[in-house]
Amino acid sequence: MKAELNEQALLKGLAQNDSKAVETLYKSHFTMIQHFVENNNGSFDDARDVFQEAMIALYEKVQLDSFVLTCQIKTYLFSICKHLWLKRLQQMGKYSSPLSENEESISIEMDMGQIEKKDAAFAIMDRALNSLGEPCKSLLEGYYLNKKGMQELASQFGYTNADNAKNQKYKCLMRLKKLFFTQYNIGD
Amino acid sequence: MEDIQLLETIEKYLSGELSDQERTEFDVIRQKSADIDQMVVEHKLFLNQMETYAKRKNITHTSQQVFSNLLANGEWAPIEAVGVPNKVIQLWSKYKKVIAIAASFGGFFAIFTSIIVMYLSPSLNGSQLLQLSKAVEVIKKNQQVQGHLLNEVKTKVPENAKLISGGSGFLIDTKGYIITNAHVLKGDGAIVINSKGQELNARIIYSDVTNDLALLKIEDKDYKQPKTIPYAIRRKISDLGEEIFTLGFPRNDNDIVYGKGYLSAQTGYEGDSSSYQIQINANPGYSGAPIFNSNGELIGVISTRQKLAEGVAFAVKSTEIIDVVNALKGNEKTKDINIKLPKFTSSASSNRKSQLDNLKNFMYSVKSFN
Repeated sequence: MKAELNEQALLKGLAQNDSKAVETLYKSHFTMIQHFVENNNGSFDDARDVFQEAMIALYEKVQLDSFVLTCQIKTYLFSICKHLWLKRLQQMGKYSSPLSENEESISIEMDMGQIEKKDAAFAIMDRALNSLGEPCKSLLEGYYLNKKGMQELASQFGYTNADNAKNQKYKCLMRLKKLFFTQYNIGD
Repeated sequence: MEDIQLLETIEKYLSGELSDQERTEFDVIRQKSADIDQMVVEHKLFLNQMETYAKRKNITHTSQQVFSNLLANGEWAPIEAVGVPNKVIQLWSKYKKVIAIAASFGGFFAIFTSIIVMYLSPSLNGSQLLQLSKAVEVIKKNQQVQGHLLNEVKTKVPENAKLISGGSGFLIDTKGYIITNAHVLKGDGAIVINSKGQELNARIIYSDVTNDLALLKIEDKDYKQPKTIPYAIRRKISDLGEEIFTLGFPRNDNDIVYGKGYLSAQTGYEGDSSSYQIQINANPGYSGAPIFNSNGELIGVISTRQKLAEGVAFAVKSTEIIDVVNALKGNEKTKDINIKLPKFTSSASSNRKSQLDNLKNFMYSVKSFN
Protein backbone atom coordinates (compact mmCIF):
# COMPACT_ATOMS: atom_id res chain seq x y z
CA MET A 1 0.00 0.00 0.00
CA LYS A 2 2.82 2.34 0.93
CA ALA A 3 4.71 1.50 -2.25
CA GLU A 4 1.59 2.33 -4.22
CA LEU A 5 1.31 5.71 -2.52
CA ASN A 6 4.93 6.43 -3.30
CA GLU A 7 4.38 5.60 -6.94
CA GLN A 8 1.39 7.95 -7.04
CA ALA A 9 3.46 10.75 -5.50
CA LEU A 10 6.22 10.08 -7.99
CA LEU A 11 3.83 10.29 -10.92
CA LYS A 12 2.39 13.50 -9.55
CA GLY A 13 5.89 14.93 -9.37
CA LEU A 14 6.60 13.82 -12.91
CA ALA A 15 3.41 15.47 -14.12
CA GLN A 16 4.68 18.75 -12.69
CA ASN A 17 8.07 18.40 -14.33
CA ASP A 18 9.72 18.08 -10.91
CA SER A 19 13.39 17.22 -11.31
CA LYS A 20 13.44 15.29 -8.01
CA ALA A 21 10.81 12.91 -9.35
CA VAL A 22 12.67 12.56 -12.64
CA GLU A 23 15.84 11.78 -10.74
CA THR A 24 14.13 9.11 -8.66
CA LEU A 25 12.82 7.48 -11.82
CA TYR A 26 16.30 7.42 -13.34
CA LYS A 27 17.86 6.08 -10.18
CA SER A 28 15.29 3.33 -9.68
CA HIS A 29 14.82 2.10 -13.23
CA PHE A 30 17.56 3.14 -15.61
CA THR A 31 19.89 0.24 -14.79
CA MET A 32 17.17 -2.22 -15.76
CA ILE A 33 16.81 -0.60 -19.19
CA GLN A 34 20.56 -0.32 -19.58
CA HIS A 35 20.94 -4.07 -19.04
CA PHE A 36 18.11 -4.85 -21.38
CA VAL A 37 19.36 -2.67 -24.24
CA GLU A 38 23.00 -3.60 -23.85
CA ASN A 39 22.16 -7.30 -23.78
CA ASN A 40 20.22 -6.88 -26.98
CA ASN A 41 22.62 -5.36 -29.45
CA GLY A 42 22.47 -1.82 -28.08
CA SER A 43 24.81 0.70 -26.52
CA PHE A 44 24.69 2.86 -23.41
CA ASP A 45 23.60 5.82 -25.53
CA ASP A 46 20.80 3.76 -27.05
CA ALA A 47 19.60 2.93 -23.54
CA ARG A 48 19.69 6.62 -22.61
CA ASP A 49 17.60 7.58 -25.66
CA VAL A 50 15.06 4.82 -25.22
CA PHE A 51 14.64 5.54 -21.52
CA GLN A 52 14.14 9.23 -22.17
CA GLU A 53 11.47 8.51 -24.76
CA ALA A 54 9.70 6.19 -22.36
CA MET A 55 9.81 8.80 -19.63
CA ILE A 56 8.26 11.38 -21.96
CA ALA A 57 5.57 8.88 -22.88
CA LEU A 58 4.81 8.33 -19.20
CA TYR A 59 4.84 12.08 -18.63
CA GLU A 60 2.32 12.66 -21.38
CA LYS A 61 0.17 9.84 -20.08
CA VAL A 62 -0.02 11.32 -16.59
CA GLN A 63 -1.12 14.65 -18.09
CA LEU A 64 -4.37 13.12 -19.27
CA ASP A 65 -7.53 13.48 -17.21
CA SER A 66 -8.37 9.90 -17.89
CA PHE A 67 -4.99 8.73 -16.64
CA VAL A 68 -4.80 5.37 -14.92
CA LEU A 69 -1.70 3.29 -14.57
CA THR A 70 -2.80 -0.30 -14.28
CA CYS A 71 0.64 -1.63 -13.43
CA GLN A 72 3.82 -0.61 -11.63
CA ILE A 73 5.87 2.24 -13.06
CA LYS A 74 8.71 -0.20 -13.55
CA THR A 75 6.61 -2.53 -15.66
CA TYR A 76 5.23 0.32 -17.72
CA LEU A 77 8.63 1.86 -18.43
CA PHE A 78 10.05 -1.49 -19.32
CA SER A 79 7.19 -2.29 -21.68
CA ILE A 80 7.56 1.01 -23.52
CA CYS A 81 11.34 0.64 -23.74
CA LYS A 82 11.02 -2.90 -24.99
CA HIS A 83 8.60 -1.84 -27.70
CA LEU A 84 10.75 1.12 -28.75
CA TRP A 85 13.94 -0.87 -28.79
CA LEU A 86 12.40 -3.70 -30.76
CA LYS A 87 11.20 -1.21 -33.32
CA ARG A 88 14.61 0.39 -33.60
CA LEU A 89 16.29 -3.00 -34.01
CA GLN A 90 13.88 -3.85 -36.76
CA GLN A 91 14.58 -0.55 -38.49
CA MET A 92 18.29 -1.30 -38.39
CA GLY A 93 17.61 -4.79 -39.68
CA LYS A 94 19.29 -6.30 -36.65
CA TYR A 95 16.36 -8.02 -35.07
CA SER A 96 16.47 -11.74 -35.57
CA SER A 97 15.66 -13.77 -32.51
CA PRO A 98 13.55 -13.28 -29.40
CA LEU A 99 14.95 -10.64 -27.06
CA SER A 100 16.65 -11.70 -23.91
CA GLU A 101 14.73 -10.16 -21.05
CA ASN A 102 14.17 -10.84 -17.39
CA GLU A 103 11.47 -8.31 -16.68
CA GLU A 104 7.75 -8.55 -16.70
CA SER A 105 6.05 -6.54 -19.43
CA ILE A 106 2.52 -5.70 -20.44
CA SER A 107 0.87 -5.13 -23.79
CA ILE A 108 0.97 -1.43 -24.61
CA GLU A 109 -0.39 -1.53 -28.14
CA MET A 110 -3.07 1.01 -27.28
CA ASP A 111 -0.67 3.46 -25.71
CA MET A 112 1.82 3.12 -28.54
CA GLY A 113 -0.78 4.37 -31.01
CA GLN A 114 -1.27 7.53 -29.00
CA ILE A 115 2.44 7.94 -28.38
CA GLU A 116 3.20 7.74 -32.08
CA LYS A 117 0.48 10.25 -32.84
CA LYS A 118 1.90 12.67 -30.30
CA ASP A 119 5.42 12.13 -31.59
CA ALA A 120 4.22 12.99 -35.07
CA ALA A 121 2.46 16.18 -33.90
CA PHE A 122 5.55 17.21 -31.97
CA ALA A 123 7.78 16.65 -34.97
CA ILE A 124 5.49 18.72 -37.19
CA MET A 125 5.48 21.62 -34.73
CA ASP A 126 9.23 21.36 -34.32
CA ARG A 127 9.83 21.42 -38.06
CA ALA A 128 7.42 24.30 -38.52
CA LEU A 129 9.06 26.37 -35.79
CA ASN A 130 12.56 25.68 -37.03
CA SER A 131 11.76 26.58 -40.61
CA LEU A 132 10.40 29.98 -39.51
CA GLY A 133 13.83 31.53 -39.01
CA GLU A 134 14.72 34.35 -36.65
CA PRO A 135 13.44 36.50 -35.06
CA CYS A 136 10.07 34.76 -35.61
CA LYS A 137 11.06 31.54 -33.87
CA SER A 138 12.37 33.18 -30.69
CA LEU A 139 9.56 35.70 -30.62
CA LEU A 140 6.85 33.04 -30.75
CA GLU A 141 8.71 30.79 -28.34
CA GLY A 142 9.03 33.72 -25.97
CA TYR A 143 5.32 34.43 -26.12
CA TYR A 144 3.72 30.99 -26.32
CA LEU A 145 6.28 28.70 -24.73
CA ASN A 146 7.94 30.88 -22.11
CA LYS A 147 4.80 33.01 -21.57
CA LYS A 148 6.60 36.34 -21.66
CA GLY A 149 4.63 39.58 -21.94
CA MET A 150 4.57 41.74 -25.05
CA GLN A 151 6.38 44.59 -23.30
CA GLU A 152 9.22 42.34 -22.25
CA LEU A 153 9.51 40.82 -25.70
CA ALA A 154 9.52 44.27 -27.30
CA SER A 155 12.57 45.33 -25.31
CA GLN A 156 14.27 41.97 -25.75
CA PHE A 157 13.95 42.10 -29.53
CA GLY A 158 14.53 45.83 -29.83
CA TYR A 159 11.06 46.92 -30.97
CA THR A 160 10.20 50.50 -30.20
CA ASN A 161 6.93 49.55 -28.48
CA ALA A 162 4.69 46.63 -27.60
CA ASP A 163 2.40 47.30 -30.58
CA ASN A 164 5.24 46.81 -33.04
CA ALA A 165 6.15 43.57 -31.33
CA LYS A 166 2.52 42.52 -31.48
CA ASN A 167 2.37 43.16 -35.22
CA GLN A 168 5.51 41.18 -35.78
CA LYS A 169 4.22 38.37 -33.58
CA TYR A 170 0.99 38.26 -35.57
CA LYS A 171 2.83 37.92 -38.90
CA CYS A 172 5.07 35.21 -37.49
CA LEU A 173 2.12 33.36 -36.00
CA MET A 174 0.25 33.32 -39.30
CA ARG A 175 3.28 31.82 -41.00
CA LEU A 176 3.71 29.22 -38.29
CA LYS A 177 0.06 28.21 -38.40
CA LYS A 178 0.21 27.84 -42.14
CA LEU A 179 3.33 25.69 -41.92
CA PHE A 180 1.80 23.61 -39.15
CA PHE A 181 -1.60 22.99 -40.67
CA THR A 182 -0.31 22.03 -44.12
CA GLN A 183 1.26 19.01 -42.44
CA TYR A 184 -1.05 18.36 -39.55
CA ASN A 185 -4.08 16.40 -40.56
CA ILE A 186 -7.08 16.93 -38.32
CA GLY A 187 -8.59 13.70 -37.14
CA ASP A 188 -5.85 11.39 -38.29
CA MET B 1 -12.62 43.94 -37.13
CA GLU B 2 -9.10 43.75 -38.38
CA ASP B 3 -7.50 40.35 -38.54
CA ILE B 4 -4.90 41.07 -35.93
CA GLN B 5 -7.51 42.33 -33.47
CA LEU B 6 -9.75 39.41 -34.23
CA LEU B 7 -6.96 36.99 -33.41
CA GLU B 8 -6.17 38.85 -30.22
CA THR B 9 -9.83 38.62 -29.21
CA ILE B 10 -9.90 34.92 -30.02
CA GLU B 11 -6.84 34.33 -27.87
CA LYS B 12 -8.42 36.24 -24.99
CA TYR B 13 -11.68 34.38 -25.50
CA LEU B 14 -9.92 31.05 -25.35
CA SER B 15 -7.80 31.92 -22.34
CA GLY B 16 -10.84 33.25 -20.47
CA GLU B 17 -9.57 36.84 -20.31
CA LEU B 18 -12.74 38.36 -21.74
CA SER B 19 -15.35 39.85 -19.41
CA ASP B 20 -18.71 38.11 -19.19
CA GLN B 21 -20.32 40.68 -21.43
CA GLU B 22 -17.58 40.56 -24.06
CA ARG B 23 -17.78 36.81 -23.96
CA THR B 24 -21.51 36.76 -24.59
CA GLU B 25 -21.09 39.22 -27.45
CA PHE B 26 -18.37 37.11 -28.96
CA ASP B 27 -20.50 33.98 -28.65
CA VAL B 28 -23.15 35.76 -30.72
CA ILE B 29 -20.57 36.63 -33.37
CA ARG B 30 -19.45 33.02 -33.47
CA GLN B 31 -22.96 31.79 -33.97
CA LYS B 32 -23.56 34.23 -36.79
CA SER B 33 -20.35 33.64 -38.66
CA ALA B 34 -19.26 30.15 -39.55
CA ASP B 35 -15.88 31.55 -40.64
CA ILE B 36 -15.11 33.10 -37.28
CA ASP B 37 -16.38 30.02 -35.54
CA GLN B 38 -13.99 27.89 -37.52
CA MET B 39 -11.10 30.26 -36.73
CA VAL B 40 -11.82 29.85 -33.03
CA VAL B 41 -11.85 26.09 -33.24
CA GLU B 42 -8.73 25.97 -35.35
CA HIS B 43 -6.86 28.33 -33.08
CA LYS B 44 -7.83 26.36 -30.02
CA LEU B 45 -6.47 23.22 -31.61
CA PHE B 46 -3.30 25.05 -32.54
CA LEU B 47 -2.78 26.46 -29.04
CA ASN B 48 -3.30 23.01 -27.56
CA GLN B 49 -0.61 21.69 -29.82
CA MET B 50 1.72 24.53 -28.82
CA GLU B 51 1.06 23.77 -25.17
CA THR B 52 1.84 20.08 -25.61
CA TYR B 53 4.93 21.02 -27.58
CA ALA B 54 6.17 23.37 -24.85
CA LYS B 55 5.54 20.80 -22.14
CA ARG B 56 7.42 18.12 -23.96
CA LYS B 57 10.35 20.48 -24.54
CA ASN B 58 10.47 21.21 -20.83
CA ILE B 59 10.31 17.62 -19.65
CA THR B 60 12.95 16.64 -22.20
CA HIS B 61 15.17 19.39 -20.87
CA THR B 62 14.67 18.32 -17.25
CA SER B 63 15.29 14.71 -18.14
CA GLN B 64 18.52 15.48 -19.99
CA GLN B 65 19.81 17.66 -17.21
CA VAL B 66 19.04 15.12 -14.50
CA PHE B 67 20.65 12.38 -16.54
CA SER B 68 23.89 14.26 -17.17
CA ASN B 69 24.13 15.25 -13.49
CA LEU B 70 23.72 11.66 -12.39
CA LEU B 71 26.21 10.52 -14.98
CA ALA B 72 28.73 13.13 -13.84
CA ASN B 73 28.29 11.88 -10.26
CA GLY B 74 29.24 8.41 -11.38
CA GLU B 75 25.80 6.89 -11.00
CA TRP B 76 26.26 4.66 -14.04
CA ALA B 77 28.88 3.65 -16.51
CA PRO B 78 28.54 1.81 -19.77
CA ILE B 79 28.82 -1.89 -19.01
CA GLU B 80 30.20 -4.59 -21.23
CA ALA B 81 27.54 -6.99 -22.36
CA VAL B 82 27.77 -10.08 -20.18
CA GLY B 83 29.53 -12.89 -21.99
CA VAL B 84 26.47 -14.58 -23.39
CA PRO B 85 27.10 -17.46 -25.77
CA ASN B 86 25.91 -17.09 -29.31
CA LYS B 87 22.14 -16.83 -29.36
CA VAL B 88 21.59 -19.74 -31.75
CA ILE B 89 23.72 -22.07 -29.64
CA GLN B 90 21.92 -20.88 -26.53
CA LEU B 91 18.55 -21.58 -28.08
CA TRP B 92 19.66 -24.94 -29.39
CA SER B 93 20.84 -26.17 -26.04
CA LYS B 94 17.68 -24.91 -24.41
CA TYR B 95 15.22 -26.38 -26.88
CA LYS B 96 17.01 -29.38 -28.37
CA LYS B 97 14.75 -31.91 -26.69
CA VAL B 98 11.63 -30.12 -27.83
CA ILE B 99 13.01 -29.80 -31.34
CA ALA B 100 13.83 -33.50 -31.45
CA ILE B 101 10.36 -34.47 -30.32
CA ALA B 102 8.74 -32.05 -32.72
CA ALA B 103 10.88 -33.36 -35.57
CA SER B 104 9.96 -36.96 -34.91
CA PHE B 105 6.30 -36.06 -34.69
CA GLY B 106 6.69 -34.25 -37.97
CA GLY B 107 8.20 -37.36 -39.53
CA PHE B 108 5.43 -39.61 -38.25
CA PHE B 109 2.84 -37.21 -39.45
CA ALA B 110 4.36 -37.03 -42.93
CA ILE B 111 4.40 -40.82 -43.25
CA PHE B 112 0.94 -41.13 -41.80
CA THR B 113 -0.55 -38.62 -44.25
CA SER B 114 1.06 -40.25 -47.26
CA ILE B 115 -0.37 -43.61 -46.20
CA ILE B 116 -3.81 -42.10 -45.88
CA VAL B 117 -3.52 -40.38 -49.23
CA MET B 118 -2.36 -43.59 -50.91
CA TYR B 119 -5.20 -45.51 -49.32
CA LEU B 120 -7.86 -43.04 -50.29
CA SER B 121 -6.75 -41.92 -53.73
CA PRO B 122 -7.99 -44.91 -55.72
CA SER B 123 -11.50 -44.36 -54.46
CA LEU B 124 -11.58 -40.99 -56.15
CA ASN B 125 -12.63 -42.60 -59.39
CA GLY B 126 -14.54 -41.82 -62.52
CA SER B 127 -17.98 -42.38 -61.05
CA GLN B 128 -17.57 -39.58 -58.58
CA LEU B 129 -16.52 -37.19 -61.28
CA LEU B 130 -19.58 -38.22 -63.18
CA GLN B 131 -21.75 -37.46 -60.21
CA LEU B 132 -20.29 -34.04 -60.05
CA SER B 133 -21.08 -33.26 -63.63
CA LYS B 134 -24.61 -34.50 -63.07
CA ALA B 135 -24.93 -32.17 -60.20
CA VAL B 136 -23.88 -29.33 -62.47
CA GLU B 137 -26.70 -30.23 -64.83
CA VAL B 138 -29.19 -30.21 -62.02
CA ILE B 139 -27.98 -26.82 -60.94
CA LYS B 140 -28.34 -25.55 -64.48
CA LYS B 141 -31.92 -26.78 -64.61
CA ASN B 142 -32.79 -25.23 -61.32
CA GLN B 143 -31.06 -21.99 -61.89
CA GLN B 144 -34.16 -19.97 -62.59
CA VAL B 145 -36.03 -21.31 -59.60
CA GLN B 146 -33.04 -20.68 -57.36
CA GLY B 147 -32.61 -17.15 -58.59
CA HIS B 148 -36.16 -16.49 -57.57
CA LEU B 149 -35.61 -17.99 -54.13
CA LEU B 150 -32.49 -15.95 -53.55
CA ASN B 151 -34.41 -12.79 -54.19
CA GLU B 152 -36.97 -13.79 -51.65
CA VAL B 153 -34.40 -14.54 -48.97
CA LYS B 154 -32.66 -11.28 -49.64
CA THR B 155 -35.14 -8.88 -48.12
CA LYS B 156 -37.00 -9.04 -44.85
CA VAL B 157 -39.22 -6.13 -45.65
CA PRO B 158 -42.84 -7.37 -45.80
CA GLU B 159 -44.13 -7.90 -49.32
CA ASN B 160 -46.42 -4.92 -49.76
CA ALA B 161 -44.48 -2.56 -47.54
CA LYS B 162 -42.84 0.52 -48.94
CA LEU B 163 -39.50 1.80 -47.72
CA ILE B 164 -39.94 5.40 -46.75
CA SER B 165 -36.94 6.47 -44.74
CA GLY B 166 -33.49 5.37 -43.68
CA GLY B 167 -30.29 6.29 -41.93
CA SER B 168 -27.65 4.87 -39.65
CA GLY B 169 -27.64 3.40 -36.15
CA PHE B 170 -25.39 1.68 -33.65
CA LEU B 171 -25.58 -0.84 -30.83
CA ILE B 172 -25.78 0.34 -27.22
CA ASP B 173 -26.48 -3.02 -25.64
CA THR B 174 -25.32 -6.44 -26.77
CA LYS B 175 -28.90 -7.73 -26.50
CA GLY B 176 -29.56 -5.92 -29.77
CA TYR B 177 -30.64 -2.42 -28.76
CA ILE B 178 -29.83 0.17 -31.39
CA ILE B 179 -29.91 3.95 -31.18
CA THR B 180 -30.82 6.01 -34.22
CA ASN B 181 -32.58 9.31 -34.95
CA ALA B 182 -36.33 9.57 -34.48
CA HIS B 183 -36.59 11.15 -37.94
CA VAL B 184 -34.95 8.12 -39.50
CA LEU B 185 -38.01 6.07 -38.49
CA LYS B 186 -40.85 7.65 -40.41
CA GLY B 187 -42.63 4.32 -40.91
CA ASP B 188 -44.18 1.83 -38.49
CA GLY B 189 -41.74 -0.99 -39.07
CA ALA B 190 -38.00 -1.21 -39.40
CA ILE B 191 -35.22 -3.47 -40.49
CA VAL B 192 -31.52 -3.01 -39.89
CA ILE B 193 -28.62 -4.12 -42.05
CA ASN B 194 -25.23 -4.89 -40.58
CA SER B 195 -21.94 -3.95 -42.21
CA LYS B 196 -21.79 -7.36 -43.89
CA GLY B 197 -25.05 -6.62 -45.68
CA GLN B 198 -27.20 -9.00 -43.63
CA GLU B 199 -30.76 -7.84 -42.98
CA LEU B 200 -32.30 -8.27 -39.55
CA ASN B 201 -35.81 -7.63 -38.30
CA ALA B 202 -36.13 -4.92 -35.70
CA ARG B 203 -38.86 -3.43 -33.54
CA ILE B 204 -39.27 0.25 -32.74
CA ILE B 205 -39.26 0.49 -28.95
CA TYR B 206 -39.13 4.18 -28.26
CA SER B 207 -39.05 7.40 -30.18
CA ASP B 208 -38.38 10.87 -28.81
CA VAL B 209 -39.05 13.45 -31.49
CA THR B 210 -37.90 16.43 -29.40
CA ASN B 211 -34.42 15.04 -28.89
CA ASP B 212 -34.51 13.22 -32.21
CA LEU B 213 -33.48 9.90 -30.68
CA ALA B 214 -35.09 6.52 -31.12
CA LEU B 215 -34.47 3.05 -29.81
CA LEU B 216 -34.79 -0.14 -31.84
CA LYS B 217 -34.39 -3.74 -30.83
CA ILE B 218 -33.16 -6.42 -33.18
CA GLU B 219 -35.60 -9.32 -33.01
CA ASP B 220 -34.24 -11.87 -35.38
CA LYS B 221 -32.98 -15.42 -34.90
CA ASP B 222 -30.05 -14.63 -37.21
CA TYR B 223 -28.74 -11.94 -34.86
CA LYS B 224 -25.46 -12.94 -33.28
CA GLN B 225 -25.03 -11.24 -29.95
CA PRO B 226 -21.52 -9.80 -29.52
CA LYS B 227 -19.72 -10.29 -26.21
CA THR B 228 -19.02 -6.64 -25.53
CA ILE B 229 -19.38 -3.25 -27.15
CA PRO B 230 -16.03 -1.52 -27.64
CA TYR B 231 -17.13 2.06 -26.94
CA ALA B 232 -18.33 3.71 -23.74
CA ILE B 233 -21.14 6.26 -23.86
CA ARG B 234 -19.52 9.48 -22.65
CA ARG B 235 -21.23 10.93 -19.58
CA LYS B 236 -19.48 14.29 -19.68
CA ILE B 237 -19.59 17.13 -22.18
CA SER B 238 -16.81 17.06 -24.75
CA ASP B 239 -14.32 19.83 -25.42
CA LEU B 240 -14.34 22.40 -28.15
CA GLY B 241 -12.01 21.52 -30.99
CA GLU B 242 -11.92 17.86 -30.05
CA GLU B 243 -11.18 15.64 -33.00
CA ILE B 244 -14.06 13.38 -33.90
CA PHE B 245 -14.98 10.72 -36.40
CA THR B 246 -18.06 8.88 -37.50
CA LEU B 247 -19.17 5.74 -39.29
CA GLY B 248 -22.42 5.66 -41.17
CA PHE B 249 -24.33 4.51 -44.22
CA PRO B 250 -24.85 7.63 -46.32
CA ARG B 251 -24.99 5.82 -49.62
CA ASN B 252 -27.72 3.72 -51.15
CA ASP B 253 -25.53 0.68 -51.57
CA ASN B 254 -25.28 0.02 -47.80
CA ASP B 255 -21.53 0.52 -47.79
CA ILE B 256 -20.19 1.88 -44.54
CA VAL B 257 -18.43 5.25 -44.85
CA TYR B 258 -15.91 6.87 -42.53
CA GLY B 259 -15.82 10.62 -41.92
CA LYS B 260 -13.74 12.81 -39.67
CA GLY B 261 -13.82 16.35 -38.38
CA TYR B 262 -13.97 18.23 -35.12
CA LEU B 263 -16.37 19.54 -32.55
CA SER B 264 -16.97 23.19 -33.39
CA ALA B 265 -19.39 24.31 -30.67
CA GLN B 266 -20.69 22.91 -27.43
CA THR B 267 -24.22 23.90 -28.32
CA GLY B 268 -26.31 23.08 -31.34
CA TYR B 269 -28.64 25.02 -33.61
CA GLU B 270 -29.65 28.33 -32.04
CA GLY B 271 -27.86 27.52 -28.83
CA ASP B 272 -29.59 24.18 -28.21
CA SER B 273 -27.79 22.75 -25.19
CA SER B 274 -28.73 19.14 -25.92
CA SER B 275 -26.56 19.01 -29.01
CA TYR B 276 -23.15 19.87 -30.42
CA GLN B 277 -22.21 21.63 -33.59
CA ILE B 278 -19.72 19.60 -35.55
CA GLN B 279 -17.59 20.20 -38.58
CA ILE B 280 -17.87 17.09 -40.69
CA ASN B 281 -18.97 16.17 -44.16
CA ALA B 282 -22.37 14.83 -43.30
CA ASN B 283 -24.66 13.47 -45.95
CA PRO B 284 -28.32 12.65 -45.37
CA GLY B 285 -27.79 8.94 -44.63
CA TYR B 286 -25.47 9.84 -41.77
CA SER B 287 -28.52 10.60 -39.63
CA GLY B 288 -28.30 8.44 -36.53
CA ALA B 289 -24.61 7.70 -37.00
CA PRO B 290 -22.43 7.79 -33.90
CA ILE B 291 -19.76 10.41 -33.23
CA PHE B 292 -16.61 9.14 -31.54
CA ASN B 293 -13.78 11.17 -30.04
CA SER B 294 -10.17 10.23 -30.67
CA ASN B 295 -10.18 8.00 -27.59
CA GLY B 296 -12.96 5.99 -29.15
CA GLU B 297 -15.63 7.12 -26.71
CA LEU B 298 -19.09 7.71 -28.10
CA ILE B 299 -19.90 11.38 -27.64
CA GLY B 300 -22.95 11.98 -29.79
CA VAL B 301 -25.37 11.02 -32.55
CA ILE B 302 -25.44 12.90 -35.86
CA SER B 303 -28.81 14.48 -36.30
CA THR B 304 -29.21 17.29 -38.77
CA ARG B 305 -27.25 19.31 -41.22
CA GLN B 306 -27.49 23.03 -41.47
CA LYS B 307 -28.81 23.69 -44.95
CA LEU B 308 -26.69 26.71 -45.75
CA ALA B 309 -23.24 25.91 -44.46
CA GLU B 310 -21.39 23.06 -46.10
CA GLY B 311 -19.80 20.68 -43.63
CA VAL B 312 -21.65 22.04 -40.60
CA ALA B 313 -23.81 19.48 -38.85
CA PHE B 314 -25.32 18.89 -35.45
CA ALA B 315 -25.11 15.96 -33.14
CA VAL B 316 -27.27 14.99 -30.19
CA LYS B 317 -25.08 14.72 -27.09
CA SER B 318 -24.35 11.30 -25.65
CA THR B 319 -25.82 12.42 -22.34
CA GLU B 320 -29.23 12.43 -24.06
CA ILE B 321 -28.87 8.70 -24.76
CA ILE B 322 -28.46 8.18 -21.05
CA ASP B 323 -31.61 10.25 -20.51
CA VAL B 324 -33.52 8.06 -22.97
CA VAL B 325 -32.46 4.92 -21.11
CA ASN B 326 -33.53 6.49 -17.82
CA ALA B 327 -36.84 7.57 -19.33
CA LEU B 328 -37.52 3.95 -20.28
CA LYS B 329 -37.02 2.86 -16.70
CA GLY B 330 -39.52 5.43 -15.51
CA ASN B 331 -42.24 4.34 -17.90
CA GLU B 332 -44.69 1.63 -16.81
CA LYS B 333 -44.72 -0.07 -20.21
CA THR B 334 -40.99 -0.10 -20.77
CA LYS B 335 -39.59 -0.41 -17.26
CA ASP B 336 -38.67 -4.07 -17.80
CA ILE B 337 -36.28 -3.26 -20.59
CA ASN B 338 -32.95 -3.58 -18.89
CA ILE B 339 -30.38 -1.73 -20.97
CA LYS B 340 -26.81 -1.89 -19.80
CA LEU B 341 -24.90 0.91 -21.45
CA PRO B 342 -21.29 0.04 -22.27
CA LYS B 343 -18.92 1.62 -19.77
CA PHE B 344 -15.50 0.78 -21.16
CA THR B 345 -13.80 1.82 -24.33
CA SER B 346 -11.58 -0.86 -25.73
CA SER B 347 -11.27 0.35 -29.28
CA ALA B 348 -8.75 3.14 -28.75
CA SER B 349 -6.27 0.89 -30.41
CA SER B 350 -3.06 1.63 -32.18
CA ASN B 351 -4.32 2.72 -35.53
CA ARG B 352 -7.53 4.09 -36.91
CA LYS B 353 -7.87 1.35 -39.50
CA SER B 354 -8.05 -1.55 -37.07
CA GLN B 355 -10.23 0.55 -34.80
CA LEU B 356 -12.70 1.04 -37.66
CA ASP B 357 -12.56 -2.64 -38.58
CA ASN B 358 -13.67 -3.41 -35.08
CA LEU B 359 -16.26 -0.63 -34.76
CA LYS B 360 -18.06 -1.38 -37.99
CA ASN B 361 -19.38 -4.63 -36.52
CA PHE B 362 -21.56 -2.53 -34.22
CA MET B 363 -22.92 -0.19 -36.89
CA TYR B 364 -26.20 -0.72 -38.70
CA SER B 365 -27.96 0.78 -41.65
CA VAL B 366 -31.56 1.44 -40.62
CA LYS B 367 -34.54 1.31 -42.97
CA SER B 368 -38.09 2.11 -42.07
CA PHE B 369 -41.23 1.06 -43.93
CA ASN B 370 -44.99 1.32 -43.87
